Amino acid sequence: MSILQIIGVTAVKILVIFTMMMLTVSYLVYFERKISAWAQNRLGPNRVGWFGLLQPFADVFKLALKEDIVPTNANKPIHTLAPMIALFVAFTTYAVIPFGPDVNLFGYTVPLVVADVNIGILYVLALSSLGVYALTLAGWSSGSKYSLLGGIRSSAQMISYEISMGFSVAGVLLFAGSLRPAAIVQAQHGWMWNAVLQPIGFITFLVSAFAETNRLPFDLPEAEPELVGGFHTEYSSMKFAGFFLAEYANMIISSALIVTLYLGGWQFPYIESFGLPAGLVLAIQIISFLAKLAFLLFFFIWVRWSIPRFRYDQLMSLGWKVMFPLSLINIIWVACLIMIFNL
Amino acid sequence: MNLKRRKKDLTFWERIYIPEIIKGLALTLKTMFRPKFTVEYPEVKFIPPASYRGRPVLVMEENGKERCVACGLCSRVCPPLAIEVQAAETPDEKERYPVKFEINMIRCIFCGFCEDVCPEEAIVMSKDYELSFSSREEAIYGKDKLLTPIKQVQDRINFLRQYK
Repeated sequence: MSILQIIGVTAVKILVIFTMMMLTVSYLVYFERKISAWAQNRLGPNRVGWFGLLQPFADVFKLALKEDIVPTNANKPIHTLAPMIALFVAFTTYAVIPFGPDVNLFGYTVPLVVADVNIGILYVLALSSLGVYALTLAGWSSGSKYSLLGGIRSSAQMISYEISMGFSVAGVLLFAGSLRPAAIVQAQHGWMWNAVLQPIGFITFLVSAFAETNRLPFDLPEAEPELVGGFHTEYSSMKFAGFFLAEYANMIISSALIVTLYLGGWQFPYIESFGLPAGLVLAIQIISFLAKLAFLLFFFIWVRWSIPRFRYDQLMSLGWKVMFPLSLINIIWVACLIMIFNL
Repeated sequence: MNLKRRKKDLTFWERIYIPEIIKGLALTLKTMFRPKFTVEYPEVKFIPPASYRGRPVLVMEENGKERCVACGLCSRVCPPLAIEVQAAETPDEKERYPVKFEINMIRCIFCGFCEDVCPEEAIVMSKDYELSFSSREEAIYGKDKLLTPIKQVQDRINFLRQYK
């Protein structure tokens, strides 16, 4: 394929993914409100459009019309920069997640990834580390003590859980032998999804994903009763919308990562043995990826309304004293499996 | 006894909290499918029971005449002085009737004293709670807005006879 064709195809993929991400993020807010309402014996938003489905547009409209207040003590350039970093990290991480197998279009093999980088997982880990900057800068530049405390707590939390996240990913990489997400998905053929082979790693990665996205039960940095909103106390209107959307985009990224690394990506077990036509197989595989993603997002929201919050010292001791050793044990476990079964 | 178990008394499974988390998740999931308590006002309105003290109304019998004899007891007992009555003669058996009967709904405190003191069961508290006005003049309800057929307030009258 010539350079122009490659650029064209990639531009189309970027457009599709960006639109899907924006829509999913806005509707995730709506679904969170609905599901949280259902878990509390009440109906969620149901006034704006059928079943309240136009609620995200009402939310965006409201946030866009609010006044943009910047406190006097705030460091204005950094105050504006922080939500941009958060959004940037959230959206660019999605470039390496495969949501389907290679597709044969007009004689060309088009992989269903925006960028088929052969160090994809390293790219994701690097970007999530960059996400810590957004919170730290937000907390520090707001010029208020609640924001500073919230920002510092949040950065410390994210850094601690990145360690166990990295080591759990190391277990997956040992098994797949490559950093390419497409190769990791291919290595989980049949029933051998990583969640089944490495349950400890799966649990540590799941817990670390909750901590990375600052989501309950680890959301003390932004908890309302404790810190009046933590690092995003002093933000209003579109910048707050930026953080808000970035949090939900981070949720989607983490779910997509969990699906790719541990739940077999777009694979549907043993679908080749059914003998279905190629177009239907492709559709089923894409739908299975989206279904797994949807289930994980539901799981994120479900856990938020079921489990009490961790206190900050309990959170840190969990991250360092429990998750870190468990992820190391997971690596030993995977190494033993590989050695015993010559995988 | 299970009353106060210390941290070292927890079994291994209890200490890692995973079974407890799963129980919590199951409870939340079960709640998601139970019926919801939200009342979708204004499509679904709440009908209060008979003992509810809503807006005071004048009882109108089947022949279209009010029961009120314009004795003036309700206006005398009303704490915020919301009721105004003007009596006149009528050739009917009851001999007196209110030619002007006005309740100022902004002053009315919905206490029900007028209903308690009325000797004819002519004024009762209905179940109506939805009142809104655009001006103070609009809030002075005359006889046209206060007369209601006896069928609508029959359960209130039964409640009054039984309990008061």
